[in-house]
Amino acid sequence: MSASGVGIRLQHLRVNFGSFVAVDGIVLQVEPGESFGIVGESGSGKSTLLRALCGLVPMARGGMTLFQAQGQAALPALGSPAYRRMVQIVFQDPYGSLHPRQTVDRILSEPLIIHNVEGQQARIVRALDEVGLGASFRFRYPHQLSGGQRQRVAIARALILEPQILLLDEPTSALDASVQAEVLNLLDDLRQRRGLTYVMVSHDLAVVTHLCSRLMVMQGGRCVEMAAADDLAARRVHEPYTQALMAASEGFRREQTENGV
Amino acid sequence: MSSAPLLDVQDLQVSFADRHGDWIDAVKSVSFTLGRERLGIVGESGSGKSQTGRAIMGLTPPEARVRASRMRLGETDLLTCSPQQRRELRGKRMTMVLQDPKFSLNPVMTIGEQIVETLQAHRPMSRAQALEETLSALVAVQIDNPQRVFGLYPHEVSGGMGQRAMIAMMLCPEPDLLIADEPTSALDVTVQLQVLSILDKLVSQRGMGLIFVSHDLRLVSSFCDRILVMYAGRVVEELKAGGLSQAQHPYTRGLLHCLPKLGQPVRPLPTLSRQAEWLL
Repeated sequence: MSASGVGIRLQHLRVNFGSFVAVDGIVLQVEPGESFGIVGESGSGKSTLLRALCGLVPMARGGMTLFQAQGQAALPALGSPAYRRMVQIVFQDPYGSLHPRQTVDRILSEPLIIHNVEGQQARIVRALDEVGLGASFRFRYPHQLSGGQRQRVAIARALILEPQILLLDEPTSALDASVQAEVLNLLDDLRQRRGLTYVMVSHDLAVVTHLCSRLMVMQGGRCVEMAAADDLAARRVHEPYTQALMAASEGFRREQTENGV
Repeated sequence: MSSAPLLDVQDLQVSFADRHGDWIDAVKSVSFTLGRERLGIVGESGSGKSQTGRAIMGLTPPEARVRASRMRLGETDLLTCSPQQRRELRGKRMTMVLQDPKFSLNPVMTIGEQIVETLQAHRPMSRAQALEETLSALVAVQIDNPQRVFGLYPHEVSGGMGQRAMIAMMLCPEPDLLIADEPTSALDVTVQLQVLSILDKLVSQRGMGLIFVSHDLRLVSSFCDRILVMYAGRVVEELKAGGLSQAQHPYTRGLLHCLPKLGQPVRPLPTLSRQAEWLL
C-alpha cells in the first residue's frame, strides 16, 4: 500500500509459561519493508515469539513498538484493534486454521465484520484475485480445497485488512514441494506489490533464505546468531548450531553416521 | 532366498470406490523388485506412494481393492495368503515405521511395555528375557538411558525419541523387510539425520530390505540406493542414488527445480506445470 512501511522493534522480549521461560532477551529490529526470518527447531521459541508479536501470548517483560521510517504518525500500541489490523498472521497448517464449516466467503468476511470495514463484497473478490484463486472459490468449503488453495485462503484472510506487517508461521511446511514454490512466489510478489514487512518462521534454511534477507537463529528461547542470507549462502556462519542446521539442509551423508550431527 | 528377490511386485493396483461406486485407482500398475537394499519411493501427496507401501504390508482398508499379477515376499505369495497368514508375516517378516510417533504409538502404554508386547507376540519368551531384549533394543537405537525411557509414556518423550522407540520396536522381531512411511517428516532437520543414521546402520548391519517412502526427493536421493519416482499412481522414473542430476522425466526435474536452494537464489521459483500426458 503505502511506500513507507512499518517496522517492528523488540526490546528484551520475554515470554513465560508458568515457570518455564519460552523466549528470553530477544532484541531485534525489523526494518520497514524488510523480510526477516527466524529459524530454529521445535521448542526453540520461534513460534511463541511470533505469537507474542501479534498479541496471542502475553509478554512477561520487555517491549515491542512499531515504527515508520519517516513521518512520526502515531502508530497503534500492542493489543489495540488498530494494531491487530496492522499486524496479521498466517498459520502453519491450512488444514487446521480454517473453520471447517464456514465457506471461504464467511472466513474472509469475519475480519471485515470485526473491524467494521466498508465494501466487504468488493474486498473479498479482490482478496481472492490477489492470491490467485478467483471468485469461483468464494462459496466453497475448506474441505473442497487442496492444501495449497487453503493456504492461499489463509493468506487472503490475513491480507484482506491491508496490514503493514505479515507474520508467517511456517507457511509452507504442510505443503508439497511444487505447491511450496507457488506459495513462496505468491508471498514474494505480494511483498513487492504492497511494500509489506514480513517476519517468517521456518525450520527450513533454504526456504528462509529464499524469502528473507536477514535471519535470526534461535535455540532454547534465545537468539544464538544473526546472519544475512548472503552470509549463509557463503557459509559465513559461526555458531556450531547454525552449521549443524546448514549441514542438515543438504541431506543425508553416510560418513557422518558415526558421530551423528 | 538369495536367488529370488526379497520382494517382487508386478502390476500392483489399489483402487477405492467413489460415492457412485466407480473404482478410482490410487495406484495404477506399479512393478518393482527389491533385494537387500534401500529403495526410495518418492512422490507428492496423492501419488500413491503410501498406498503402495500399505498394500505390501496388507494394511489397505477393507473397502479398497488390491490387485496384482504378482506380489511375493521371498517364497511367500502375498496374494493368496489368508488374513491369518498375513498377520503372521506382519511383524515377523515385514514391519512398518509410520510417520508420526505421536499417533502411531499406543498413548496409554509405556514405551517399554509396548516393545515387550511386540517381542512376546512374535516369539514365546519369559518376561525377564523380554525386558532384557527391550533394553538392548533401546540401546541399539542410541537411547542413552534405556531404563528411564522404558517407563515413559509416548507423550513424555520428544518426537525424535519416540521415533527411535518406534524403530526399536519394529526391528526387534528381526524382519526381512522394513517399510518406512515418511519416518522423519515429523522431526526437526537435525534430529531427522540422527534417526536416519540409526536406521541406516541397523538396516545394513542386519541385511534387511528397506522401502523408504517420502515426499523429500533430495533426502531420499542422499539416503537410498535406488529411487522410484511416482506420479498419479504410476512409477514415472527409476533413478540410481546420486543420479538425481540425470533425471529425465519432466516431473522429476520439475520437483527438483522448484526447491529453493541455499546460495542459489532463483526468483521467481520455477513451478511445476503438470502435463496431461504424464497421466497416461
